[in-house]
Amino acid sequence: MTTINVKEGSPLQAHIPEGNLPDKWTIYKDKIRLVSPANKRKLDIIVVGTGLAGASAAASLAELGYNVKAFAFQDSPRRAHSIAAQGGINASKNYQNDGDSDWRLFYDTIKGGDYRGREANTYRLAEVSGNIIDQAVMQGVPFARDYGGLLDNRSFGGVLVSRTFYAKGQTGQQLLLGAYSALNRQIARGKVTMYNRHEMLDLVVVDGHARGIITRNLVTGEIERHSAHAVVLGTGGYSNVYFLSTNAMGSNATAAWRAHRKGAYFANPAFVQIHPTCIPRSSEHQSKLTLMSESLRNDGRIWVPKKLEDAKALREGRLKPNDIPEEDRDYYLERRYPAFGNLVPRDVASRAAKERCDAGFGVNKTGEAVFLDFATAIERYGKEQAHLKGLNNPSKEEIKELGKKVIEQKYGNLFQMYEKIVDQNPYETPMMIYPANHYTMGGLWVDYDLQSNLKGLFVIGEANFSDHGANRLGASALMQGLADGYFILPYTIGDYLADYIREGKIPTDTPEFSEAEEKVKKEIDFFLNNNGKHSVDYFHKKLGKIMWDKVGMSRNAEGLQEAIKEIQELRHQFWKEIKVPGKANEFNQELEKAGYVADFLELGELLALDALNRNESCGGHFREEYQTPDGEALRDDEHYAYVAAWEYPAKPYERYSKPVFPSESILHKEPLKFEFVTPTTRSYK
Amino acid sequence: MKLNLKIWRQNGPNDKGRMVDYKIDGVDSDMSFLEMLDMLNEQLIAKGEEPVAFDHDCREGICGMCSLYINGEAHGPDRLTTTCQLHMRKFKDGDTIYIEPWRANAFPVIKDLVVDRSALDRIQQAGGYISVNTSGRTVDANNIPIPKKDADDAFDAATCIGCGACVATCKNSSAMLFVSAKVAQFAKLPQGRVEAADRVQNMIAAMDAEGFGSCTNTGACEVECPKGISLTNIAILNKEFLLAQTK
Repeated sequence: MTTINVKEGSPLQAHIPEGNLPDKWTIYKDKIRLVSPANKRKLDIIVVGTGLAGASAAASLAELGYNVKAFAFQDSPRRAHSIAAQGGINASKNYQNDGDSDWRLFYDTIKGGDYRGREANTYRLAEVSGNIIDQAVMQGVPFARDYGGLLDNRSFGGVLVSRTFYAKGQTGQQLLLGAYSALNRQIARGKVTMYNRHEMLDLVVVDGHARGIITRNLVTGEIERHSAHAVVLGTGGYSNVYFLSTNAMGSNATAAWRAHRKGAYFANPAFVQIHPTCIPRSSEHQSKLTLMSESLRNDGRIWVPKKLEDAKALREGRLKPNDIPEEDRDYYLERRYPAFGNLVPRDVASRAAKERCDAGFGVNKTGEAVFLDFATAIERYGKEQAHLKGLNNPSKEEIKELGKKVIEQKYGNLFQMYEKIVDQNPYETPMMIYPANHYTMGGLWVDYDLQSNLKGLFVIGEANFSDHGANRLGASALMQGLADGYFILPYTIGDYLADYIREGKIPTDTPEFSEAEEKVKKEIDFFLNNNGKHSVDYFHKKLGKIMWDKVGMSRNAEGLQEAIKEIQELRHQFWKEIKVPGKANEFNQELEKAGYVADFLELGELLALDALNRNESCGGHFREEYQTPDGEALRDDEHYAYVAAWEYPAKPYERYSKPVFPSESILHKEPLKFEFVTPTTRSYK
Repeated sequence: MKLNLKIWRQNGPNDKGRMVDYKIDGVDSDMSFLEMLDMLNEQLIAKGEEPVAFDHDCREGICGMCSLYINGEAHGPDRLTTTCQLHMRKFKDGDTIYIEPWRANAFPVIKDLVVDRSALDRIQQAGGYISVNTSGRTVDANNIPIPKKDADDAFDAATCIGCGACVATCKNSSAMLFVSAKVAQFAKLPQGRVEAADRVQNMIAAMDAEGFGSCTNTGACEVECPKGISLTNIAILNKEFLLAQTK
């Protein structure tokens, strides 16, 4: 075991209510303080981010009567990256009568997270999941239905029931547009003031409480002060620290990281999700990676050739996938995990793909791709349709045509997207896929109230760390974002705000606001006047390579130590040689990116430190030193059943001239207590 | 491949703007159109010139942030494709490519190829919602069965990404396809019927107030829509509008 010197601070309390697991949320709601409608009108709330979590929170808080200011860096709240979520949203409705329940959804989620999540939060998530579906249907979200007019479901990885509601491969879009419509209704009523093309550049903390933010108007460049009685961050995850990920180009960690620099603890940064089914990278100019929904694993079978020479021939273009006979194909997930087959959780599927490709069985020219094949499903559906239509002795071609139609109904937009990017027809030849960074389970630390250690700062959706442990199951991110925004935060924030009904407007002409604004302006000035020799992307790509090679799907102590050193050197070079064209008081996309990458260059180091500190393998965090003889993750519950929440090591001033080292962060542990489930070794065999 | 680019540069809404020529070499056919622009921008920065501003975000065709008029077509030569999903294999070595912003009175230019599409948000705020609070205390989701056909039609209308290609491509700069998509989505669903009459009238009033032109049924919007939003939705909108007016 590598021991590193980590400075340890006081342990954290999650403020979990007493009582039996299924009763905790009810007990909590019955005991919290409420704010009267007349007083809600006197209270201001800032919501940063308008994805599923932010938009649903802003709309719900405004409906309750609070005054909400909402901020988005895009030109409209509808553009937030939640829109790109494809496969679906889980809910324990048990409409399929296949044995689902709140308990099972909770259990699958906590097990899927490899027992590194918090029991009470996860149960609450399962408990409110059904309401999300009811709510969305009332908002006009057009979920898929069957011929009887009732809602349809499909299955996702890591579970044995069908509890996923979906709208083709565009579930995130439809749910976000639902939340966007609720937000629009409140904007029309004047209860939400919407600030599009605005970016949060600092959190303002007054006497230990979050009391406002500093923003930049991205069109005019104006630096603005906004105050409120509470600040809510729904600003998403940090996958773009890897440069290439399935996140949008603009997805960034700046709001969360700057809150972290102001004292909010950052929890479990090493828990990142590398999604097994993404379109493989093709060229060095690639700017992002594209996900192919996990829902495809309902019908697609993953394989590589059994023979090394076949894999080589495929790579060299001498063989086509359909030339390889059935008996020479290795459906390695079905072979290794017969119980769950192609629907094992994401971390397991990703590592298995890497294992095969590392062993030389990769199928594209880079050697980093496996097949996702729909031929079996097309034939199965085709036969079913032929039977339904009463066709006697249908030909192979007829069956295939009928089957393709079913596949198109289910995944049409995904197949089209694949064809656009790869220029191959996935109805005729298997898709090629490879793992890519997709989601981050880590994030700002919050307690049961979704409140950070900084009072008055609430963190929701992917931006917080709380519900998915070390690995998130498919179709659970939409569930968590909307649960936090619609149904949890509107209660918990009231209990905090009840103390401030006599506070009056928070002034912005105070030293705390002035100081924060000045620091923001100075850093912008630094960027524009540095006149170095390299663009922002130059540094971002270099950081991404270090992260992917040494802090990616598989990690070891030596590589992590190297990564920390290399990131420090790169950061040093960044502050010396960064070149940002243009001016401060104009639309300046390079300036926006410079801030993101400055923050990623710190976050990456903390991520590596967290991975180095956690001497175990769990979920998406795989340390090569800690594995079972057959290559599965080996947890260490005795030493690591805790949340690692990190405190920023220095006063966050003038980092461009005085170096800061996130690897000197202070560790605060929140011990994870399992009172209702017993952590076991995850088995999907 | 080598390309000649003619790109609209405009330094803010009050600048007159002009086409500027750029030459670019080493473009790979697997690159996306926006990756080609990334490459150009990196070269401009290295030369000490200002990069070209353009809107983009998800780069997988769903957020609606990217735009661009490419060789006289919204989102370029491909059908059912956003600019971010357009790949350079659609072009040939030596091609000249004209790149311009969306042009419409309701979409003022912010900088270069970036326009202000907030008018579309304001139309949605006028009625693009069902007035239900987000308490979760509604009826069970399966209490009201919805015929699969209606649900599928509502979904097809709801896939609009709000990019504004329909407006940019319309000779009248009409936003009818955009507005009709939302009206039709809710018109097909029982939950949306309750406010149908108010919704269609309020959204149309907002559309007119924003300065979008009238629809003359040329159908160009449908052709250029990257999500294949059907003209049928405009017929539904007209029907809903007529019904609302005769109430």
